[in-house]
Formats: sequence, C-alpha cells, structure tokens
Amino acid sequence: MKFERKDILGIKDLSVDEINFILETAESFLEISTRTIKKVPTLRGKTVINLFYEASTRTRTSFEIAGKRLSADTINISSSTSSVVKGETLIDTARNLEAMNPDVIVIRHSAAGAPHLLASLVKQSIINAGDGAHEHPTQALLDMMTIKERKGSIDGLKVAIIGDIEHSRVARSNIYGLTKMGASVVVAGPATMLPRDIEKMGVQVHSRLEDAIAGADVIMMLRIQLERQKQNIFPSLREYAQHFCLNRHNVKLAKKDVIVMHPGPINRGVEISPDIADDPSCSVILDQVNKGVAVRMALLYLLTGGSE
Amino acid sequence: MSDQKNKKTVMDKEGIERCLTRIAYEILEKNKGMENLVLVGIRTGGVFLAQRLQKKMSDIEQGKIPLGILDVTLYRDDITASKKKPCLGETKINFSLDGKIVILVDDVLFTGRTIRAAMDALIDFGRPKMIQLAVLIDRGHRELPIRADFVGKNLPSSLWEAVRVDLVEKSGVDEVVIEEGP
Repeated sequence: MKFERKDILGIKDLSVDEINFILETAESFLEISTRTIKKVPTLRGKTVINLFYEASTRTRTSFEIAGKRLSADTINISSSTSSVVKGETLIDTARNLEAMNPDVIVIRHSAAGAPHLLASLVKQSIINAGDGAHEHPTQALLDMMTIKERKGSIDGLKVAIIGDIEHSRVARSNIYGLTKMGASVVVAGPATMLPRDIEKMGVQVHSRLEDAIAGADVIMMLRIQLERQKQNIFPSLREYAQHFCLNRHNVKLAKKDVIVMHPGPINRGVEISPDIADDPSCSVILDQVNKGVAVRMALLYLLTGGSE
Repeated sequence: MSDQKNKKTVMDKEGIERCLTRIAYEILEKNKGMENLVLVGIRTGGVFLAQRLQKKMSDIEQGKIPLGILDVTLYRDDITASKKKPCLGETKINFSLDGKIVILVDDVLFTGRTIRAAMDALIDFGRPKMIQLAVLIDRGHRELPIRADFVGKNLPSSLWEAVRVDLVEKSGVDEVVIEEGP
C-alpha cells in the first residue's frame, strides 16, 4: 500500500489499512532497538523538532530516541525555555521554525486542534504528540501494537477503558482506533468523568469498574489527573481509589489471560495498585513504552521523503 | 502498446538446482569447510536461496550453518529521495558476526547498490572476518566497484530488460526469466 499522508494528526482520520500498515512497519523497527549499535542511517540529514508546550517524559524521550536511532537530528523545545514565555504566539513560533527548514515537527499542546492549525500553516510534516483532551495518536498506535502482539489480533477483543474518559486524549484516540479495528470497547468512570454522548463513539458505558472489566481481554487504566481534583470532579483520591482502583481482587473478573495497560505516568494506589502494575504476568506497561519507540520510528520513516 | 511482454526463460528448475549445488561446493572448497561460516540472505529472493544453500551444505558436510535474514531498505541510498516508502521486512540475525566469514546471498547482482547497503548493514551487526558474495545471476551494469565471489550464471543483459528470479517459495515456480523493460 502507498502511505501518502503529510501529517499524523489523529486516529480518527486514519483508515484500517493505514493503521495496519503503520503497525506492520513498526514491527520491523523493533529489532533495531535490540542491536548493540542501535542506529540505522535512513534519515541522515533530516531534522526533527520536538515542540512541547506541555510536560512530558515518555513521549518526548521516545520521539527523540526514535529520531536519533534513524540518524535524524532531533531538537527539543519546551515552552518554559522558549520564546513562548516572551509572549510569542504558536503561529509565529511555527513560522520561525519553518524558516529553519526542519522536516518534521512533533507538537504537544494543551489546546485541542493546535497540531491541525500548524499543519495548515507550514509545509513540514506535523505529528500530534497530544493536543488537549482531543487526540494522542502515537499512544493509541503503540497500544494497538502491544495488544496485537499479545493477542494476535484486535478484532473481536473486549477492551475496558477505565477512569477519566472526559479529559483523556489517550482514551479518545484508543476508542477511535480500537473500534475501527473491530474490538468492542467498554468504558467506566465516575459520572463527572464520562463525556456526554460518549455512546455515540460506539462504546458501552458502565458506572462500575467491576461491570466494565468483567470478561475483558484488555484493561486500559487511565491516569487520574490530580490537578483536576480542584475542579470538584471527584471528592477525594481515597474515594476514587475505593471504586475505580484496579487491584488483585477485582482483576479476577476479567479473562484469565487479561493484559493490563496504562499510558503513564502512574499514580500508584489511585487508579492501579502496585501489585498489578508490577505483575509481569498481566502488566504490559513497560512493553507499551518499548513499542512506543518503534511506532514513532515508523511514523518518522513514513512521513519523511523528497518532493516526488 | 501491448500488455504482452516479451518473456524468455533463461534458466529452469534443474538449472537453478545445479547452480546452487555447484555454489555450495565452491563455498566449502574456498573456505575449506564450514567452520566459521554464516549465511545471510537479502530479502526476499536471497533468503530462499540462502535457505537452499544451507540445506545443500549440511547435506555435503556434517553440521548446520547459521542463517540470517537482512532487509537493506533502511540502508539504501535512494530512500530519502523518494516519497513512496517501500514496505519494510524484518531483519533477523540472531548470532554474532564478529570474526565470522559471512556469505551474503542475493538473487540478482545488478548495479551493486543493494550489496553496498547490505555491507553497511552487516558492519552495524559486528566485525566479520570476511564478507563473500554469492548470487544466482550476475546481469552486469555495475555502478559501484563490487563483484561476486560465487556466481550461478553470468547473464549479459541490456538496461531495457528486466531479469526476474522466480522461486517456488514465493512465486510457486522455479525459473529465471528476461522480460522486455518497464
């Protein structure tokens, strides 16, 4: 198949064929990270700018490593140390970066749609590394890659996504992707954390964790965004944990061979108990991180190219 | 314009088998046995040929030579020039190349650019003592100073022609054909 996109902005726009093609390409990149010399010359002379307006450890490091293992030059900009603090607008920053002729700009921004705005303004390829509560396509791709590897296929699986769905771009991208790939997705969380009309995205909604994870092949726990407690979305961490923390007891309701995922960073004892997060027989959390590098290598490889 | 391409079979199943048998003997003769030898097939045609050579060599002498698979796409010199990216295959070399004699196997030797990329890739996996090249067909038109150590058949061809090696594992039939150009 031909992959002819300029940008990766969201899972919503991708076809099943495109998702499969990206995942297959990413599988070939896994091996490079296991070599003694973890580098191939493919993107020699290409420049990748990581433009991060929000905090990040995993995603930013993962993109940087992905670029470097392909021999691209990677540059990281975080808003706190850039001209953003002097009041420069996103559009002006983008135009200035464009003038330096990079090949790919990876952007994370707290405003939904920021990557789309950038993509319409500059000629470089844009990769969305998370925009507000909208989408986080590379996370969904690495999640799907992890599921595919563990379960053979995504089609027909029951996937439970638990926690703050409303504010989660990870949940949104995964719902788009997993339903496209044929999984049945159920979500559960406190009522204040479930977006209105979430059913329209093709998912089943439960108010109890136990109902959602019953018989699940995959459980995806979301991070409770502690900064939101101030907005009175939930009364206390302890109460949240009592109802929505995945632990050794309630995980038994899922299938015996269930895999437990978490996009990180983990709040131990809040949404997931440490014994589950660290249990190698079900937790694939670090495997997700490992797949992340391969997925991002695949995207950089597929997006960069000449003018023809 | 006609869809019917002028096609000529230049080697059949028996021809390919005999070539590979001879190459297997030549490799063993030149290296005085199988000690320190490893085979690396270049995706995709070279992999099947390497597998056949591996079997033939174990039939001739005791033991089995390690076999690796190499996809050279990421090392090609034209990769960033084209927007259309070729599908990537998996590279699988589960053994150390340090101090080994690597027999690199491909189906057709043409410009030499694939072999250049393959050698760069091999060096990233270690420091082989020596790299030798075995190909089923050498069709000429080299653009780099590269030659094969073991050749099944020299096939002088014009640049307008396409040389295709069909193997049972991939195409269901063993034959080498020359077609009129693209």
